[in-house]
Amino acid sequence: MRILVGVKRVVDYAVKVRVQNNTVDLSNVKMSLNPFCEIAVEEAVRLKEKKAADEVVAVSVGPKQCTETLRTALAMGCDRAIHIQTDRRTDYVDLQPFAVAHLFQKVVEQEEADLVLLGKQGIDSDCGQTGPMLAGLLGWPQVTFAAKMDLEGDGMMVERETDAGTETIKIPSLPAVVTCDLRLNEPRYATLPNIMKAKKKKVDTIAADDLGVDLEPHNPVLDIFEPPPRKEGITVESVDDLLDKLRNEAKVLK
Amino acid sequence: MFTLRRPIASILRKNLHKNVTALSIGHTRSLSSIPSDDFNLELTEKTSPITVFTEDEQMTRDAVRQWAREELQPIVRDMDNEAKLRPEILQALFDQGFMGMEIPAEYNGSELSFTSACLAVEEISRVDPSTAILVDIHNTLNNNAVRFWGSEDLQKQWLPRLATDTASSFCLSEADSGSDAFAMKTTATASPDGSYYTINGTKLWISNAKEAGVFLLFANADPSKGYKGITAFMVDANTEGIHVGKPENKLGLKASSTCPLTFENVQVDASQVLGEVGLGYKYCINILNEGRIGIAAQQIGIAKGCLYDIALPYMMERKQFGSAIGDFQGMQHQYAQMATEIHAAEVMMYNACRLKEAGLPFVKEASMVK
Repeated sequence: MRILVGVKRVVDYAVKVRVQNNTVDLSNVKMSLNPFCEIAVEEAVRLKEKKAADEVVAVSVGPKQCTETLRTALAMGCDRAIHIQTDRRTDYVDLQPFAVAHLFQKVVEQEEADLVLLGKQGIDSDCGQTGPMLAGLLGWPQVTFAAKMDLEGDGMMVERETDAGTETIKIPSLPAVVTCDLRLNEPRYATLPNIMKAKKKKVDTIAADDLGVDLEPHNPVLDIFEPPPRKEGITVESVDDLLDKLRNEAKVLK
Repeated sequence: MFTLRRPIASILRKNLHKNVTALSIGHTRSLSSIPSDDFNLELTEKTSPITVFTEDEQMTRDAVRQWAREELQPIVRDMDNEAKLRPEILQALFDQGFMGMEIPAEYNGSELSFTSACLAVEEISRVDPSTAILVDIHNTLNNNAVRFWGSEDLQKQWLPRLATDTASSFCLSEADSGSDAFAMKTTATASPDGSYYTINGTKLWISNAKEAGVFLLFANADPSKGYKGITAFMVDANTEGIHVGKPENKLGLKASSTCPLTFENVQVDASQVLGEVGLGYKYCINILNEGRIGIAAQQIGIAKGCLYDIALPYMMERKQFGSAIGDFQGMQHQYAQMATEIHAAEVMMYNACRLKEAGLPFVKEASMVK
């Protein structure tokens, strides 16, 4: 079985982003592997270690620095990587999930993948759309927010986490697209020897423009701004006081 | 931290007076001469700032930083209070590849550069110097000594173990022999047929003796020759006759054990001699030069950890008299001074690393930076 794993290069989760000129300021900002994509890579590598998969291919869309992100994925255990090169901003401004899904579709068909694992969402755009869109384009079954996955026969049993609780879904047979949620696993650290060995693994670069996909964003981004600063909370002395504040200040009661 | 101040301040002052920059890209100029190159070094076509690292080095730094923050940070205080390095941390150091950083991949090492190793030591030191000292001594002193002077057989025997599961200690100092290392009294008496040596003596202040699986031991095989009898041995910690004493109760670096080490008629096979008999003094002098850079990396890591990870965030958080204390000029003078000195030290250290990697003389720079 060949597994394709999507990895996205995003602003590091610990960075405090700033908005400048109606856009998120990316200069000198630390970028890393999207945490949910990391979980997807970990799951794929575990399947390979269990001998359920023969090959794990990491795929990333973005500028040339994506090779660093791909190298981390390779250091975690992927066999090879494909870099779809584009200089468009991948945080929704210049490149949106619809286009990314199309790009992935081309690669999936070319590589004849049996399973596609993606992170449930990118922490920069928080869209969560690439997975479902890709499944739709491929005509494959999809399960999102996977918290547990097991191969069963020709297919899989996946537990997905929703706000209402856990749902168990059976995929009768592969191929399929699964997006990974936080509790699926705890990703391993890339050890130093593996980081060095990852340098020798193959990374193929394809220009995004060469794949015959329309990359233009369909949703114009009108405005980007920081949320208003959170005001401090207050304590109230009595229930009457609380009601008064809810009615007159917060205006949530008539 | 404070011991860095005077040397650096005086070096910088001396150089300002002589109108020469203490550090320039690619090579250092001699302190005593004004713009004439003492070194006839060929500058390469491509020069790059000392604080810009290769992709491998950055990835190493990021990987170590992440591990140290997530796995080491939460238990540092406990390890210090218990005065013990936890076994799971020691195992993690091996699993992550931090213990075989410069060892070639064929021996299960990480095959990184010396600078990468220093970066790793620096990042671990930012979180826990006790753990860092173990990593530093193991990599820069012991592993490298075996790599440089060990026979092929000795390398095959020890390097894989050093990279994957065996911690080590550097055993030089004795009660009467610290700075005067050559005055050591531990002896290694050759057997009549020369097939083994019998070691007798006591070493003192040996770091990480409790955790070590092997000791890089310096003993005199021929006291009549004075220091030219000093020989280096790889001694398996399980050998009969070795007694590891109680760790010293130190004021700091408590989780790193510092013990007396007694050798009573310890038999070591002649194949375990590192390099040549009688050249031990040369090996130890040489390897300690690199060790100086490594230890400097540790100090810089500690300094950075104090300033950037603890003091500055606190200064921006603590409010008195209506604003963050970090906004008061009195505080700003202090942390700006600290940041500048740390930066000067780190640039000095990485320059020493680069000199060493280029195969150029680095002893002076290494001594300065320690």
